[in-house]
Amino acid sequence: MLDFLKRPVETFQEFVLLSGRAFRNIFRSPHYADDILLQMDIIGAGSLFIVSLIGFFSGVVMALQMSRALATYGAQGKIGEIVSITLVRELGPVLASLLVAGRNASGIASELGSMRVTEQIDAMRALGTDPIQKLVTPRLIATAVVLPLLTIIADFLGLVGGYFIAATMLDITRSQYWSSAWQVLEYNDLTQGLIKPFLFAIVIALVGCYYGMHTSGGTQGVGRATTKAVVVSSVWIFVITSMLDPLFVNL
Amino acid sequence: MTPNELPAGSAAFPAAVIPRLPAESTPTVQFQDVCLSFGEVHALDHVSFSMNPGETRVVLGAAGSGKTMLLKTAVGLVMPNSGHIRLFGEEVTGRKEAQLFDLRARVGILFQEGGLFDSLIIAENVAYPLLNQHAIEQSHAPSEAEVKQRVREALRFVELEHTLDKFPSELSGGMRRRVGIARAVVTAPALVLYDSPTAGLDPITANTIIALILKERDLRNTATIMVTHRYQDGHLMANFRYNPSSGEIEPAASSQKTTRFLVMREGRVIFEGSQPELLASTDPYVQKFARPGSA
Ligand SMILES: Nc1ncnc2c1ncn2[C@@H]1O[C@H](COP(=O)(O)OP(=O)(O)OP(=O)(O)O)[C@@H](O)[C@H]1O
Ligand SMILES: [Mg+2]
Repeated sequence: MLDFLKRPVETFQEFVLLSGRAFRNIFRSPHYADDILLQMDIIGAGSLFIVSLIGFFSGVVMALQMSRALATYGAQGKIGEIVSITLVRELGPVLASLLVAGRNASGIASELGSMRVTEQIDAMRALGTDPIQKLVTPRLIATAVVLPLLTIIADFLGLVGGYFIAATMLDITRSQYWSSAWQVLEYNDLTQGLIKPFLFAIVIALVGCYYGMHTSGGTQGVGRATTKAVVVSSVWIFVITSMLDPLFVNL
Repeated sequence: MTPNELPAGSAAFPAAVIPRLPAESTPTVQFQDVCLSFGEVHALDHVSFSMNPGETRVVLGAAGSGKTMLLKTAVGLVMPNSGHIRLFGEEVTGRKEAQLFDLRARVGILFQEGGLFDSLIIAENVAYPLLNQHAIEQSHAPSEAEVKQRVREALRFVELEHTLDKFPSELSGGMRRRVGIARAVVTAPALVLYDSPTAGLDPITANTIIALILKERDLRNTATIMVTHRYQDGHLMANFRYNPSSGEIEPAASSQKTTRFLVMREGRVIFEGSQPELLASTDPYVQKFARPGSA
């Protein structure tokens, strides 16, 4: 009767198992430092441009839209505060993470998936390497380090985008914008602005690795794994952020 | 032929790396009533067989009959649902992954899909087992020069020395297969498993591959399990040997005694026996694989 639940429960179980091993391996040797650096380069440097671009334009769009609403209250001077809070608390982490999910959860899943179907993962195990240690843990560490940094960049460029609108269209001085943007931020905002991308990074890396490592059914299977990795990690990003928000609001 | 009889210079490997052969009495591979299923599919259905050091097994069977799973369970890459598997007399079933590494270090595997690391060049691929398996065996780490030397020898063995710094994607299918063989035998394992080494190759290349497998088997007396769709491959394994002095393959009656055929169907081993027995079988499924020239 509960057969339809069997598959998701099994998936979750396997996912937890993989995550457990990946975390445990962080504290075990051998450490593959080269692989960690390579992944940081792929994820960080590779996503830098698109994250910056989207960060900047989200600031621009937000300032434009908000300025109309604020104008009705004669509160256009608050534009810096609004852009700053929304970006740092929510939009920066979520946007950067969604972009990285799209670029890297898929990249990880398809790379590991191809390795799976061409029996490279089996070969690794046969030749004395733990594929979780060699493939999953480096991707987990790299994403967890790089995504918060990307988020900071996205936040900053979003503020620059907001300033661009404030300065060119709203008649707000530079010091007015930046000081209000900075002063409104509380310790709590910064914490959640960094904890979120850190958690999202873990989800992105592990979901990508999970679907990659569990690929079956040849090259078609690789395509399916890639799609699933992006969809599932994006959904979890929204689930996690909406679970965290009430926590931080009450702080 | 014992490794000591190898004429100087023709040995593929230096004397120092002659494998530790287990005592004659322990079978190299032993399956006892092994079952493996994926949901409704019985990939292995009460499989039992055993082989002694230096012997050859040729595994025939239709697509999906469980041949790959037979090889993968043998080294614990896939764990069976029930039954016992022993390698060199040691229990594989029930071992933790970390404890399997030292057993696997004594086995060479050519994977059906190649399994070459496509982010590594050929030299690194072939060096991989040398660099990663010594740690498990707790033997001394081979020096860089030694690794280089052995990688060269293994690639010379498959006549691909010139591809050292190419990537697998730059080689043809037959060449990749040969690199796979070089990687499987570079550690001089006591047992080598070949999964469909000739699949998808033209007859000439396929025979070159079988010649390499014979060469490896007969130079070092390696126990060999070969999965194949081609009866012809099994025929060569059972009736030919590598002659180290001429460097050619030649007919040999002695191979027949130590070569046995297994035919698999839907996870079951429905036939096990020598080549004459295979040819004499009246089972229509078995006969399909016993016809010379059958694909
Ligand atoms: N990961 C898996 N999940 C589900 N079923 C599997 C899996 N791996 C193998 N099987 C099934 O197990 C059976 C045996 O597969 P196996 O790969 O051993 O066949 P094979 O004899 O090697 O075939 P081929 O000649 O095509 O390589 C097949 O029916 C296959 O569908
Ligand atoms: Mg197979």
